[in-house]
Amino acid sequence: MMTKKPINRFLIYFVLVLFVLIFLTPAYMVVVTSFKSPDQIELSRVWELPSSWYFQSYLDAWETFAPNLKNSAMLVVPATILSAILGSLNGYVLSKWKFRGSNILFQLMLFGMFIPYQSILIPLFQFLDRVGLYGTIPGLVMVHVVYGLPITTLIFRNYYAEVPTEMIEAGKIDGAGFFKIYSKIVFPISLPGFVVVIIWQFTQIWNEFLFAVTLTSGTGNTPITVALQNLAGGRAVQWNLPMAGSIMAALPTLLVYLFLGRYFIRGLLAGSVKG
Amino acid sequence: MKKIKFPIKRDQLIAFLMLLPSLILIGLFVYGFIFQTAYSSLTDWEGVALGVKKNFIGLENYKNLFTKLLDVRFRQSLVNTLFFTVFFIAGCLSLGLLFAILLDQRIRYEGVFRLIFLYPMSLSFIVSGTVWRWLLNPKGGINLLPTLIGLQPLEIKWLTDRTQIWQFDWLILPKVFGYILLVVMILLAFRYFRSGRNWGGGIAAMIGLATLFWLISGKANQLQIMNHTEIHGFNLALLGIIIAAVWQMSGYMMAMYLAGIRGIPEELREAARVDGASEVRIYREIILPMLKPITLSAMIVLGHISLKIFDLIFVMVGPDNATTDVPGVLMFLTAFRGNQFAKGAAIAMVMLIIVAVIIVPYLVNTLRTEHEL
Repeated sequence: MMTKKPINRFLIYFVLVLFVLIFLTPAYMVVVTSFKSPDQIELSRVWELPSSWYFQSYLDAWETFAPNLKNSAMLVVPATILSAILGSLNGYVLSKWKFRGSNILFQLMLFGMFIPYQSILIPLFQFLDRVGLYGTIPGLVMVHVVYGLPITTLIFRNYYAEVPTEMIEAGKIDGAGFFKIYSKIVFPISLPGFVVVIIWQFTQIWNEFLFAVTLTSGTGNTPITVALQNLAGGRAVQWNLPMAGSIMAALPTLLVYLFLGRYFIRGLLAGSVKG
Repeated sequence: MKKIKFPIKRDQLIAFLMLLPSLILIGLFVYGFIFQTAYSSLTDWEGVALGVKKNFIGLENYKNLFTKLLDVRFRQSLVNTLFFTVFFIAGCLSLGLLFAILLDQRIRYEGVFRLIFLYPMSLSFIVSGTVWRWLLNPKGGINLLPTLIGLQPLEIKWLTDRTQIWQFDWLILPKVFGYILLVVMILLAFRYFRSGRNWGGGIAAMIGLATLFWLISGKANQLQIMNHTEIHGFNLALLGIIIAAVWQMSGYMMAMYLAGIRGIPEELREAARVDGASEVRIYREIILPMLKPITLSAMIVLGHISLKIFDLIFVMVGPDNATTDVPGVLMFLTAFRGNQFAKGAAIAMVMLIIVAVIIVPYLVNTLRTEHEL
C-alpha cells in the first residue's frame, strides 16, 4: 500500500461521523419527544432529554393506532404473498418460456411501475366503488397486488434469468411439463428471490399512502399511515403522541431493514431496472 | 421461417395462459384506466351526484390549466416541481457519491455507516414527514441547534416562509421551450449526421431552422398565451421539504454508487497505481466515468419519484399550503376534495406525460441493449 496520510484518514472519519450525527438527529428527536409528557414539551427545550421519562404516550398511541396497525397487517400480509406468487410465475414464464412478443409485453408491464398513480386514481376509485370494494381491506389488497405486478415480475424475471437454461432443458427431456419444471426445479431454488420480493413489497405496502388515503379515508379500515397523518396533520397537536405513533408505524419496516438489510438493498437496486 | 408452427407446443400455451391474468390486469388497471382518465380530462365532469352528465369539451381543461387566471396554483405547482426535482436530484447524487467514495476507503465499521445512511429509506414518507415537520418548527428544532453550543438561534421560517426568489414571468415560457427545442435539434442533427443517418439529420436541422426563424422573427414575442403577466419563482418554503427528501433518499444513491464502485475490478486500479496515478486521479479518470450509466438510471428513478411526489409534502405542510403545492398534491385535492374530476384528470395526465417523456425512452433503451446481449 501507498503511504497513508493520517490527516486524510482523520478527515474521512470526521466527515463520516458528522453525517452520521446529521442522519441520526431526526431519530433522536422522535425518541426524546415521545418520552416527554405534554407539559415537558417546550419549544425552547426540544433538544434536552426528558427530565422524567414518560411512557404514557406509548400506551395512548397504542390505544389510538392499534386498529390501524391491525388494518395494515391485514393488508400487507395477503397482498405481499399474492404478489410474490404471481411475480414468481410471471418471471418464470418471461425468462424460461419466452414467446414472440414476450419482451414487448414485459416492457409494457414495466411501464406500470413508473406511472404516477394519480393518472389511474379516478377510474380506480370508481371501479372499486362499483364492485363494492371501496373502503375495504380486500379492495386495497387487490390494488396493491395489481400495481405490484411489474416490480415483482421484474425481480423474479432477472432472478430466473441466472438459472441455467440447461436445467430447464434437462427437465423437458425427462418429460416434465410447465408446472413440474416449476415445482421441481425452479421453485426450490427461488428462496432468495422470494425473500427479496417479500421484503420489498412488505416495505412498500406498509409505507404506502396515496391509495390508502384515497380508497379508505373515513372508513374504519384506514392503514397506519393514514391514521398517523390524520393525527399529525391536525393543528393543535400534542407532539409526544404523533412521535410515539411514528415509532410504532416505522418499527416493522425498520426491523426488517435491520435484520434483512442485505435483501432490502437488493430489492432497492432491482428497482432501477438493470435489464 | 416466419410461419407459425402447428401444433403450438402444449406447455408453451400453458405458459402463456399463466401469464395472461397478469397481462389482463395490467391492461385494464394501467392502460384501460389511463385511457379513461385521458377521456375524463377532455370533459367537464364535476361533482359527485350520481348520473352527472359529462360533456366533451376538448382541450379546454388543459388550456385553462396553463393560461387561466384562476388556475395559477397549477402553474406554481409545476414550477415548484421543477425546482424541487433539480435540488432533490443534485442533493441525492452528490451526497450519495460522497458517502460511497468515503466508504470505499477501507473504513472500519463500514457496515455500521452504511446502515445509518440507508435507514431512512425503510421509513414511510408519512413517518419522516411527521418528524421533519416537528424538526422544522420555526421556534424550535433545527433553528435551536446553534444554541446548544452557545450561539444565537437561527431565524429561518422553513415551511411557513413566503419568500420567492429567481422570479420569472410565465409568459416567457414559449420562448424558453423554443430555445430548448433549438438546442436539442442542433445536438440531434449533429449526432445523426455523424453516424451517417442523413435523413434524420436533415429533419432535425429543418425543425431547428424553423424554430430559430420563429425565435428571431419576433413571432415568439407576439404569442399571447394570457393577457396578464404572472410571476413565478422558487419558493423558499420548499427548502425544508427538499432537505427531508434528500435525507431520506441519499442513502439509495450511496448504495447504487457503492455497488458500482465495488463492481470495478481491483486490477484496474492497481494497474493505475503502478503507473503512478494518484488516488484522486484514479477516481477522476477511471471510477467516475465508469459510474455514468448508474448516475443516469438513478437520475431517472429519482426524477420520477420527485415528479410524482405526494405523501411527503402532504404530511409536512397539509393540504392548504399553496406555496409548496406540487401537481401530485393538487390533483388529489382537486379531484377528491374539490370533486372537480375533469380538472383533476387533466392534472394527472400532465404528470403522466412528463413522466412518460423521461421513462419511455429509458425503457426502450434497456430493451434494445438487452437484445444486443
